[in-house]
Amino acid sequence: MLALGQDEIAKYPFLADAGQYLKDKGFTLEQFGTDPDLKSLVEKAFNRIEVAADGKIYHSDLIGDQASNQAALPREVFSFLLAIVLLKLSGMTTLIKRFALAEARRAEKYLEKDLANISDESKKQLAIRIIDDLFSVQVKKQDDYFVIPVSDYLKHSINFHEREWKLINRHVENGLVFLTPHETVRLIRKELGTYISSKIINAKTPPMISGFEEPVNKLISMSKKFTTFTITTGEYPPCIKHAIEILEKGENLPHSGRFMVATFLLSKGQSVEEIAPLFKNAPDYNERVTLYQLNHLAGTSGSGTHYSCPSCEKLKTQNLCFAIPECDNIINPLQFGKKRI
Amino acid sequence: MQENDIKFLEDSFKKYYFEHFDLIRVPNRTSEREFGFQKFNSGMTRHISIKDDKELHLLLMKNIPSDVYCSNACYSFPNLPMNEKDWKDADLIFDIDAKDLNLECRKNHTIYKCNECSEISTNSNNCSKCNSIKIEKKSLPCKNCIDASKNEVYKLSKILTEDLDVQQNDIHVYFSGNEGFHVYVYNSQFQQLGSRERSDLTDYIMFNGVIPETFGMKKFKPNRLSFPDFEEKGWRGRFSKEVYGSKSKRSKIISELITNGYSSFQKTLEDISDKIGSKIDPNVTMDIHRIFRLPGSLNSKSGLTKIFCNDLAKFDPYIEASFLGENSVHVMANCPIEFKLKNRKFGPYFNEKVSVPTYAAVYMICKKLATIS
Repeated sequence: MLALGQDEIAKYPFLADAGQYLKDKGFTLEQFGTDPDLKSLVEKAFNRIEVAADGKIYHSDLIGDQASNQAALPREVFSFLLAIVLLKLSGMTTLIKRFALAEARRAEKYLEKDLANISDESKKQLAIRIIDDLFSVQVKKQDDYFVIPVSDYLKHSINFHEREWKLINRHVENGLVFLTPHETVRLIRKELGTYISSKIINAKTPPMISGFEEPVNKLISMSKKFTTFTITTGEYPPCIKHAIEILEKGENLPHSGRFMVATFLLSKGQSVEEIAPLFKNAPDYNERVTLYQLNHLAGTSGSGTHYSCPSCEKLKTQNLCFAIPECDNIINPLQFGKKRI
Repeated sequence: MQENDIKFLEDSFKKYYFEHFDLIRVPNRTSEREFGFQKFNSGMTRHISIKDDKELHLLLMKNIPSDVYCSNACYSFPNLPMNEKDWKDADLIFDIDAKDLNLECRKNHTIYKCNECSEISTNSNNCSKCNSIKIEKKSLPCKNCIDASKNEVYKLSKILTEDLDVQQNDIHVYFSGNEGFHVYVYNSQFQQLGSRERSDLTDYIMFNGVIPETFGMKKFKPNRLSFPDFEEKGWRGRFSKEVYGSKSKRSKIISELITNGYSSFQKTLEDISDKIGSKIDPNVTMDIHRIFRLPGSLNSKSGLTKIFCNDLAKFDPYIEASFLGENSVHVMANCPIEFKLKNRKFGPYFNEKVSVPTYAAVYMICKKLATIS
C-alpha cells in the first residue's frame, strides 16, 4: 500500500485503512454517536451522502490541494469513513453506488490536478503511482502528454460508448496512446468508482450505534425516491426488423445476424421452438442444426452459457445496425423502446 | 459428397500427411493449445490436447482429417469444455479473405451450384433449372484476388509495426489454403487482451468509427491549425497522404474541406476507409476461443496447403501451396471456369470426362465441380 501524507488521505480517503485510521487517532465509532462535539461529523457524513445522491460532487473544505487548516484534514477523512458506516447500516445499494461514483468524481479532480502539477514532482509521482497500483495502468510523461500502452488503454476505453474514446480517434504512436491529464484520469473513472464501491461493499457492517439511528432512517427513506419503473413499447428495433425481413424473404443472413436475432428473441422471453421456424426459409436451413444452435444460445445445451444480445457498437462493426432516431443512444438493441417513468 | 470421391480425397490427403509432415508447424506451447479436426462428410471434433509432433502425426494418420485446427489461445486445460479450460492468453490473428474485398474480378470466377439438382449456373438468386433457392457459392480465386489480398496484408503490417509497436519478425503470414491469408502476431502487448478490446483494435486497423474531430474538423468554427500534417505519424499522416495527395496541395485542400463542411468531411472519411484501412475479418480477430487451420495442413475447400509465405511479394499459391501427386485420375468435370495449378492450365470443362493429375482432380472435387468417374 502507498504511504500517504495527511493531506493525501484527505484527498483520497478511500486509500486509508478505516479501522486503523480511527485507532491511530484514538477514537471509537461509539464516541461519534454520543459526543456532542463529534456529532457534527456524523451530520457532515450524512450531508456528504445526500450531495452524492443528488448527483453532485461533495464540496470539501480543502482549498486547492491544501486544507484550510490542520483541523480540517481529519474531519475530511472522518466524514468519509462515517459516511461508509451510515451506508452500511442503511444497507441501501443504490445509495452506495451513487456515493461511490460521486467520491470517484471528487478524487478524479484531485488526481487530475496532481498529474498536471509541474511545480511539485512528488505530487505528480503519487498520482502516477495511484493509477499504476490500483488500476495497473502504466503512465509515463512524454512532452506535454501522458502516454500509456495501447493494451492498457483498451482495457479501460472499452467501457466508454462515446466514439471519441475509440482507439481510432486517439493519437497512437509506437504502441502508446497519448492523453492529456484530464483524459488519463477520465479513463479510469469507472474503475475508480468500482474500487470505492467494492471497498464499501466489502467493509463489515457494524451493529447499530446509538445516535446513528436518525441519519440511517433518513437514508432509507431517501433511497426510496430512486426506485424507477420502466415501460416498453414492445416494438422491435430496426436492426432486428431488418434481419427478420431478410430471413422471411429467404435471403442469406450472415451468422452474426442470426446470432443477433436469436439472442434478442431469447432475451425477450421467446422459446427455442417459437424462434426456430423463423429460419426455415434460409438457403441452408436444417431443422436439427437450427434447434441445436438455438438450444446452445439459450444455454439449455452445451456449456450452459446463456448468450446475450450483442451491443449496438458491435452490430455497427458487423454492418447489422440500421439506427433510426428512436434508437436514441441506446447501447443494446434490448433497450429499444424502454422508457423510465 | 459421394463415397468414392471421399475415398479418393482421403487417400490423397493421407499420402500428403505421410510425405509432408515436415511442413506442419506445431505451434509453441503445444500442450496448452486446443486442437480439433473434421473428417469428410462429418462434424467437428474439438477440445483435443496434444503433447508434441508425434501425437499430432498419429492423429493425422489415424483419422485422415479433411481439416485440422489449432487454437490461437493457450489454456491450462485445453481438453476440457470451453468454460473450464482456464483461458490464459491468445496470439493476435488476422484473416484476410479475397471474397470480402468486393473485387470486380469475382463475377468472372464465381459460380453457383444448386444443392438440390446439382445444376451449375452464374445466377446468384435461384437455380436456373429447378428454381430452388438452396444454392452454394463456389469461387476459383484468380491472380487478382491473391494480389489484392496481399495488398491488404501490406497495409496491415504497416499499421502493426508503425503504430502498434509490433516487430516485423513477429509477424508471420500464411496462405490460408483457399482465398486469402492468415496473419499471426507473436510477442505483442496484445497477447492477453479479451474479445472486446480486440474488437476495438480491429476498428483501428480497419479505419472504422472515425470522427471528423480526430482530423481537426469541427462542427463549428473549424481551425486550420488542427488539421493533420503530411509528416505526422499514424492515421493523421496516412490521412494527409491520401486526402492532400502532396504537400503542396495541403493548404488548398484544407480550405476545400472546411468549405464543404462537417458532414461532407464525415463522408470523405468513410470513402477513404476502404483504401487506407486494412480489410480484415473483424469476427476472426476478436474471437479468442477460435481454432484456426493448422499451418502446413490441407484445406478441404481446395486441397491446397496452408503454407508459410517467406517472400509474400513473390508468393504464388497455385505453385507453392500445391503439394499433391501427379498421377492421372479420371473425373467427370463440370467446371466452367479455367484455372491454373503448378503452371498448368485446366478447363473449362462442361460435364465432360477428363484425365487430370491428382492435384487438379482434388482441387475440382473439393470445389464440388467434379466427381471420380
